[in-house]
Amino acid sequence: MPSSRTSDPLTFECETGNYHTFCPISCVAWLYQKIEDSFFLVVGTKTCGYFLQNALGVMIFAEPRYAMAELEEGDISAQLNDYQELKRLCLQIKKDRNPSVIVWIGTCTTEIIKMDLEGMAPRLEAEIGIPIVVARANGLDYAFTQGEDTVLAAMAHRCPNHNQSLKDTPTQDQAVKGLLSFLPLQGKEKESQQSQNSIQHPPLVLFGSLPSSVVSQLNLELKKQSIHVSGWLPAQRYTELPSLGEGVYVCGVNPFLSRTATTLMRRKKCKLISAPFPIGPDGTRAWIEKICSVFAIQPNGLEEREKQVWDGLKDYLDLVRGKSVFFMGDNLLEVSLARFLIRCGMIVYEIGIPYMDKRYQAAELALLQKTCQEMGVPIPRIVEKPDNYNQVQRMRELQPDLAITGMAHANPLEARGISTKWSVEFTFAQIHGFTNARDILELVTRPLRRNLSLEALGWAGLVKRDKLNA
Amino acid sequence: MKLAYWMYAGPAHIGTLRVASSFKNVHAIMHAPLGDDYFNVMRSMLERERDFTPVTASIVDRHVLARGSQEKVVENITRKDKEERPDLIVLTPTCTSSILQEDLQNFVDRASMASQSDVILADVNHYRVNELQAADRTLEQVVRYYLDKARRQGTLNQPITDVPSVNIIGIFTLGFHNQHDCRELKRLLQDLGIQVNEVIPEGGSVENLRNLPKAWLNLVPYREVGLMTALYLEKEFGMPYVATTPMGIVGTAECIRQIQTHINKWAPILMGTEVDYEPYIDQQTRFVSQAAWFSRSIDCQNLTGKKAVVFGDTTHAAAMTKILAREMGVYVVCAGTYCKHDGDWFREQVQGYCDEVLITDDHTEVGDMIARVEPAAIFGSQMERHIGKRLDIPCGVISAPVHIQNFPLGYRPFLGYEGTNQIADLVYNSFTLGMEDHLLEIFGGHDTKEVITKSLSTDSDLAWDPESQAELSKIPGFVRGKIKRNTEKFARQNGMTKITVEVMYAAKEALNA
Repeated sequence: MPSSRTSDPLTFECETGNYHTFCPISCVAWLYQKIEDSFFLVVGTKTCGYFLQNALGVMIFAEPRYAMAELEEGDISAQLNDYQELKRLCLQIKKDRNPSVIVWIGTCTTEIIKMDLEGMAPRLEAEIGIPIVVARANGLDYAFTQGEDTVLAAMAHRCPNHNQSLKDTPTQDQAVKGLLSFLPLQGKEKESQQSQNSIQHPPLVLFGSLPSSVVSQLNLELKKQSIHVSGWLPAQRYTELPSLGEGVYVCGVNPFLSRTATTLMRRKKCKLISAPFPIGPDGTRAWIEKICSVFAIQPNGLEEREKQVWDGLKDYLDLVRGKSVFFMGDNLLEVSLARFLIRCGMIVYEIGIPYMDKRYQAAELALLQKTCQEMGVPIPRIVEKPDNYNQVQRMRELQPDLAITGMAHANPLEARGISTKWSVEFTFAQIHGFTNARDILELVTRPLRRNLSLEALGWAGLVKRDKLNA
Repeated sequence: MKLAYWMYAGPAHIGTLRVASSFKNVHAIMHAPLGDDYFNVMRSMLERERDFTPVTASIVDRHVLARGSQEKVVENITRKDKEERPDLIVLTPTCTSSILQEDLQNFVDRASMASQSDVILADVNHYRVNELQAADRTLEQVVRYYLDKARRQGTLNQPITDVPSVNIIGIFTLGFHNQHDCRELKRLLQDLGIQVNEVIPEGGSVENLRNLPKAWLNLVPYREVGLMTALYLEKEFGMPYVATTPMGIVGTAECIRQIQTHINKWAPILMGTEVDYEPYIDQQTRFVSQAAWFSRSIDCQNLTGKKAVVFGDTTHAAAMTKILAREMGVYVVCAGTYCKHDGDWFREQVQGYCDEVLITDDHTEVGDMIARVEPAAIFGSQMERHIGKRLDIPCGVISAPVHIQNFPLGYRPFLGYEGTNQIADLVYNSFTLGMEDHLLEIFGGHDTKEVITKSLSTDSDLAWDPESQAELSKIPGFVRGKIKRNTEKFARQNGMTKITVEVMYAAKEALNA
């Protein structure tokens, strides 16, 4: 390895943007489950609906709290009144499900016909008495996980104001007490007051949608450093959105949340802690350390904790060490995952990524660079808006041991003898924090372990020779 | 606007892509925003395709909105022409591009001058037709294009084949058991001494489309796709077609008899004798196919009068209704289809074989109907299978839309004589097995002693604090027991008596589970 290259600055390339990814409306799939009292209404066409029902498979049959407002020809040609139509559907949703919030997902079609969702929402909200949040998660502007970013950015505006909530506390508390007097609140209140008193740092709100068990795990890790997480965006329920405002510190847990970060800084006047993301034990440690350093807290026992996790991964590390990876790029987790895998001893040839926010990901990119230096491997090329066709050509040259790719390419690559892992699984699996480092490697090594068990059979290439170049 | 949770037939461009990617060496370019290439995932996953799906997108993004696609579409077409040298490139509009109202035909004209491939624009309106109608239309469009081209080049005037031959029209990718049906049809035709001239679109080459008129007749096995092509060929070349689906014993015989009629128009002239398929039909029905014997066997007696509901595309729902009612004595309470555009034909087909007819593409209406009728079995699509699960009614899947399990590796045709065997199995296995049913009635149900607990540990000496209990309750039920056991095991090993959330995650890490 030419070790001189490890000190090179990061270079970014940009290709044609002809790549496969999920439409950002797919974020409803995990967000409706995360925000338990929400209803997601996707205002779009049959194409959007078809994508959702096929991509989400079985979930559709579990009475989902999402639906399509399917636009018909009359809507496109403005023969029907958008406002009246949406009102009709939202009233039906209110009647059937009575959610605490309706999220309208704007799509390509609403963009092109310039349907004024942001303008209509406040009027309709006042009329039907349910908050309506508008997020434009369309394929014209965004890729896959960026859908969550648009929803959270829109939701940030609905978070109660931090300073105001302090002033209002007495009256609100009275009201809540009155409402919930049947619950054994007293004990809990005391407890929370106590913990409130012992906190030595400004309020910290984390943003990014994670399964509730991962939320508790990360809260717990920070608690061990005597850092109290005062809230999450999004919370388990819309009615529990955290207070935001001047003096509140925020920190992201996922690399695709740059709009949310911008909104929190510019509109809600929060302070952003720019840290690597808590993916992999190295990332988790760096994430916690960064938060500690901002609050001037001396991190305690993190080094041993990280080492312990690495020790626990030994069997998987033996499998991946020295193997090469190629990220085709479709969900924006690529840089963090690549950084973790390099630390695991893998060689990353290429990091394809739909969109690279160098400011929001600055700390993550710095950690990537540092990791490459420490592991003595060249810095991988980072390809923004990749071109899948070109990537497949490059892969034929490089013959990586593993391609992390979308499902459109997985089977054809497998048939050509290149092992693949579907990138979508990283979006849905639990990959954050110390506890879940093993789950990432579980995913990464699965094709490698499969190869081990089938190796002796000699069936790697399963397309006819004349089709190999196709 | 319509509040919609689920749809039976997909959007128009899916139909076009299915036809285009079924042909050999045809590439489709979608004029679509990022993420609309989900078709590639479906083909790669459901069909388990080994090759890259020949579909790419010419991405519509902000810049395109501002300035129009300009050179982008043309560039993408000529690029694909150079990269893969397809015979034909089909520019496919989507819902997005149909609102943009760009002059795609103009792009196609310009691109076809610069590329060696033929280039056409799929002529489908997203807001007027669905997946199936679009597929039908695109197939006709491609056939028409190549026959016109052949006519201009003078390569069209070929005599019909010496021996009887047919084209099979409408076998294509992501179709319900289409690959197996195609094999079965070829076998059937071979048995009858009929040559298969061309199969389109699946595996067909567009360069061979000029050979279509050489066949004596066309066979259109599925109602949904292929009929427009057959009508076009009839009008242009006087080619007769058979559109009776050879599904079920009676249906297959009827189809063979129609083929015989058409063949006998030419046979005396070209072969000097007429064909007679009656002995073949009789032999197959009584001795080769097991289905006729099955409906006489005493097992099938138990099916007599059992209530069933049928729902699906027109072809399969109509054929299935007739098979159940006519060949097995099952009582079809309601038959329905989601192909609203072809409702009249469906109504006419199932008349006399069922009590009611339901024509809707709203799955809740179908669900309500099934709940009301309470049949002993459902024959429908994946949606009906899920409705059945909820109502605890068995369901046999007989029609698209389908999941990956409906693309079996084993040989499972629905058409022809082997198809009748498969259908008989499907029907029989869907109803509760006869003797089992009988015994259940006599002895009042299965052994109902429930498994009370899945945990092996008895009264526990470990205390779970409220938070850890709450955390445990968040874990999905099917793994909760395992997590509980592992955590307690870990706590005991480490001499802990109180279980907190910390202990839970420490246990998870320690056990690597």
